[in-house]
Order: sequence, then C-alpha cells, then structure tokens
Amino acid sequence: MKILAFAEQREGKFKKSAFEVTQAAKTIADQLGAELVTLVIGDEVESISPALSAYGVSRILVAQDPRLHYYSTTVYGKILAEAALQEQATVIFLPASQMGKDLAPRAAVKLSAGIAADCIALSVESGEIIATRPVYAGKILIKEKINTPVKMFTLRPNIFTAVMKNSMQTKIEKISVNLTDADFSTKVTGVKIVEGRPDVTEADIIVSGGRGMKGPEHFHLIEKLADTLGAAVGVSRAVVDAGWRLHDEQVGQTGKTVSPTLYIACGISGAIQHVAGMSSSKCIVAINKDKDAPVFQIADYGIAGDVFEILPVLTDEIKKLVGK
Amino acid sequence: MKIVACINHVPDTEAKVKVGGDGKTIDKASINFILNPYDEFGIEAALQLKEKNGGETVALSLGGDTHKETLRKALAMGIDKAILLKDDSVRDSFSVAKALADELKTLSPDFILFGKQSIDYSDEQVPGLVAEFMGIPSVSCVVKMNLQDKKVICEREIEGGHEIVEATYPLVISAQKGLNEPRYPSLKGIMASKTKPIEEHKPASVSNVVEVLSMQMPASKQAGKIVGTDSSAVPEMVRLLHEEAKVI
Ligand SMILES: Cc1cc2nc3c(=O)[nH]c(=O)nc-3n(C[C@H](O)[C@H](O)[C@H](O)COP(=O)(O)OP(=O)(O)OC[C@H]3O[C@@H](n4cnc5c(N)ncnc54)[C@H](O)[C@@H]3O)c2cc1C
Ligand SMILES: Nc1ncnc2c1ncn2[C@@H]1O[C@H](COP(=O)(O)O)[C@@H](O)[C@H]1O
Repeated sequence: MKILAFAEQREGKFKKSAFEVTQAAKTIADQLGAELVTLVIGDEVESISPALSAYGVSRILVAQDPRLHYYSTTVYGKILAEAALQEQATVIFLPASQMGKDLAPRAAVKLSAGIAADCIALSVESGEIIATRPVYAGKILIKEKINTPVKMFTLRPNIFTAVMKNSMQTKIEKISVNLTDADFSTKVTGVKIVEGRPDVTEADIIVSGGRGMKGPEHFHLIEKLADTLGAAVGVSRAVVDAGWRLHDEQVGQTGKTVSPTLYIACGISGAIQHVAGMSSSKCIVAINKDKDAPVFQIADYGIAGDVFEILPVLTDEIKKLVGK
Repeated sequence: MKIVACINHVPDTEAKVKVGGDGKTIDKASINFILNPYDEFGIEAALQLKEKNGGETVALSLGGDTHKETLRKALAMGIDKAILLKDDSVRDSFSVAKALADELKTLSPDFILFGKQSIDYSDEQVPGLVAEFMGIPSVSCVVKMNLQDKKVICEREIEGGHEIVEATYPLVISAQKGLNEPRYPSLKGIMASKTKPIEEHKPASVSNVVEVLSMQMPASKQAGKIVGTDSSAVPEMVRLLHEEAKVI
C-alpha cells in the first residue's frame, strides 16, 4: 500500500503545511504499514526537496518544469492524478490551503476518489482512516470515512505538528511531465503579494481588531503589538464592512479560517461567525470593555477593559519580555 | 451567453444546530434556512455578466422542496429561470457535484457560478468537482473577474495575496466575498419571482463516497480567566501567556 503526500511550495519555498502534511501522512503510513511518497510540483524545486526528509519521507517525486512556476488548477491536477496512478497510491494527503482545496477536487474526479475536507484530526481504526472535521461553523464535529478505493484528505494548516527528526536517506526521483497547451486552460500569470506581515492563515500569532477599535486611525495600536510579536493582523467583518481594513485580513465564516498558537482579539464581540474562523486557535486572549461580551466565553485569558488603555501597555510589556 | 448560478440552501449561521436522533445528521426542526451567503456573490456575478453580454441566467439547486425558497430569492434578484434538481436524500459533495454536472451538460453554459463554499459543511469542493466532471477549467475563491474577448482574467485570493489567473470559457467560477456587492431583490423583482416557473428535474440517484460515522458537539470550552479590568492587569497577563500558556 502506498500513501502520497502533496508538499506545497510557492516561489521555491515550502509552506509550513508541506512539512505538516508529510509528517501526518507518515504517522498514518506507519500505522497502516504503508510506504510514503511525497510529491513536489514546481520550477526548480529539486534542490529544496531534501528538506522533506526530516519529516519522515524516504521517496520524493519531483515534477519540475519552468511552466510549473505558478500554480495551475488544470495542470497540477493532471500531474497529481498521474503520479497517484503511476504509484498506485490509494491514500492522498494535501493541505487545506487555497492551493490544496482547489487542487483536490480536480484530481479526485480523475481518480474517482472521495475527499474528507479540512480535517483537524486523523486516526486509524480497524485499518480505516477516520477523519475528524468541523462543520456548521465549528458548532459540530463529525467523524467520517471514505468508501472509494482511492481516498483523499485535506488537512487544515497549523493543526498537525511538524517536528524535524533526523533526516533519513532520501531518494529524489524526477517524474516526467507531458504538458500540452490545452492543459493550461487556467494559467496564473502573476501573483500580487501583500508585503510585510505574515498572512493570518500562516501566522503563529494573530492580533485582531474589531469595531471596538473605533476607526482605521487606531489600527496602529494593533499593528505595533503585531510587529512586536512577529504576528499577523486580523480583523472582524464589521471592520471590513466599514472600509477600515481589507478583506484579506478578515477572520471568520466569510473570511479566513485560522488556527494560530495565540489569537489576541481586541474590541471584538465574539459573534458566532467570527468564532467559526478562529475557535481552533490554541490560546485565545480577549480584550473587551464589556465583561459580558461572548468572546470571553471562548477566551483562555481576558482583560475586561479599554483597548486604547491596554494595548500600548501590553505592547511595552511584551517588548520587555521578547527584548530579553 | 448562457449563465448558470448554482445555489445552496443552508442553515442560518445564527442557528443553534443540534445533532439529530440518528447521531449523523442535524435536527432540522426549528432551524431557519437561508440562501448560502457566498452564493449571493455568484448570483450577482451572473446578473452582471448578462447585463454586459446579454443572454439568459438560470439558477440551479439540488435539494428538497425547501430549496424553492432559495431559488425564489435568486429569481427575485433578477435571475430569469430556476431549476430544482429535486432530491431529499443526504448527499456528499461528490454526489451533489455529479448530479449538478449531469444537468449542466444539458444546459451547456458559458459560465457557471458558485459560491466559494456552503456554510454548512464548508467543503469547498463542489465547484472544482463539477468543473472536472464537465472537463472545463475552474477558478476558485475569485475576488475579481473581467471578460476580455475569449479570455477571462480573474484574481483569486491566496494566502498573503492574490493570484492573477487567465482562463478560457466555458468556465466555472467560485465567488469569494469582495467579487461584488449583491443587489437586494427589488419590489418588482419579488413580485415577478412569484410567477416565474421553477422547473423540477430528477437527478441521478445518490452515489455517496464519504460516510459520516458520527456527529458530536465539540467539548465546550471553560470560560477563561478574566485577569483584570485595566492596564494594571497587563503584567500578569503577559506572565500567564509566557509561563502558563507558553505561547510567547
Ligand atoms: C452570513 C454572515 C457571515 C459573517 N461572516 C463574518 C466573518 O467572516 N467574520 C466576522 O468577524 N464576522 C462575520 N459576520 C458578522 C458577525 O455577525 C458580527 O457582526 C461581527 O463579527 C462583529 O464584529 P465586531 O466584533 O468587530 O463588532 P461588534 O459586534 O460591534 O463588537 C465590538 C466590540 O468591541 C467592544 N468595544 C467597544 N469599544 C471598546 C473599547 N474601547 N475597548 C474594548 N472593547 C471595546 C464592544 O464591547 C463590543 O463587544 C458575519 C455575519 C453574517 C450574517
Ligand atoms: N445542493 C446544491 N445545489 C446547488 N449548488 C450547490 C449545492 N451544494 C453546493 N452548491 C454550490 O457549491 C458551492 C460550494 O459548496 P461546497 O463545496 O459544499 O462548500 C456553493 O457555494 C454552491 O454554489
């Protein structure tokens, strides 16, 4: 039996999820007595691929071509499906990232595979992989299994741990890619990167501001704390609707789903749609002047006070700590 | 130009969902259902495509009779025609997508619009599956789209930025918030929607591939510690984060 893991990279750099997916796949492979193969697709990715070996993979397939520099739904889908067929892999793991979520269904149809999407836990019971995932905005957790011969799982980023072990001997095998113009019916021609802070979906720490921040001119308080912590800036929908910040930063049901180690909610009430996007954070801190705000129900620690008074002091205290 | 918007009928996000008696589906009684919020962006995009290029717009939904409410809302917003793939069974994304794709093949649209995700199961799979079943390209999580001759230039949201994607059509688009501002149904639209027909078709039988084994409420979190009410609590908060939670 073979398991295939898809390691996401952009611009020649692995995403953290590449290591998380590889290691989660390795854990399952060990439990099933299966062989793990990791697939990397891109331009000039052969040189970075050995980094995956520290996460338990011994064979790495590399599909390398200048035309693969950017992601393409149709092309990556074809390569993934062909690699799975070639290897006769029956279990495929991908990240539930913007790339993985887009890629999985395209390959799934080619492989007649069911997908368990956005999994937050995996286990093996009587030889079957059981996936746990949140549904209904995190109000319910389901356990499910896939009944097709080929099974695909997308894993929510930042949930599965990736701990470097001793690197093993790894075999890197280049696979040939047969691409025609027709394969490029979708083609990425460029990427606009928001420079500066990390993205909310990838950050270890997020400092989020809500309507309680009173206006865009006060977000420098959020930004200062974020920069002190090397954190991303998040916002509630109320802030985006008011035009104070861009939608890219929005956390929640109509924004992004995040699971950082630390989430600091400032002047956010904790509406269910906001919580849907951040309840899997490991530690939640709330600063809100209303001690009855729902956000305190889900927070691990809170200060029931004024953000304008607390944020500057908090930034200074943390500076003292990290400055040490 | 033929434009189809695929729309879903889902529990209101405010709804207090509870696990039903079978332990595998939710208890639907006393829950308010709405048009999936993301699908409003798809409907609006369909209407704008028609306004610019002419043609016909169709709303398509697979589900029970209750999905008619949602189809009526699409008609009230200005969609020309509605089709209900009537089926009450519980389906997974694969089975929904297969049935939608079968119907869509008979309609041969130039554009098929979806929401980015259904807010119930949040699979974000149906659009990509439909596209692959139909053998056409797709762009997901789209926040901008422009038609230039035979090409469609889109921007899709990715981590920390946007990808600029060039695609050909027939094309599947899944809409993210930001693509447009969905219009409210006008009074005239609401009146007209009452007389517009909703065609009922029968989809192919269910072919679920994913099996829900159990459903449970997540362990409810203990409300946390309120450390204080003003900035004098900050040092203690930082200490707790550093020493107890070990997150900074
Ligand atoms: C279909 C749908 C989808 C949605 N999707 C999302 C989503 O993706 N993300 C999202 O965030 N929301 C979403 N919402 C909106 C959500 O319901 C809330 O309206 C929104 O989250 C509220 O944002 P907020 O907490 O910033 O504002 P409010 O609810 O207005 O809360 C502001 C808080 O700030 C506190 N405050 C005020 N002044 C101060 C001060 N000086 N110091 C400290 N605290 C202060 C107040 O006590 C209050 O609790 C969605 C809603 C719907 C219907
Ligand atoms: N039963 C359905 N009928 C019509 N369209 C649907 C249905 N289920 C999902 N969709 C469409 O597919 C999109 C993504 O749904 P999902 O993959 O379930 O997250 C939704 O926003 C709808 O546009």
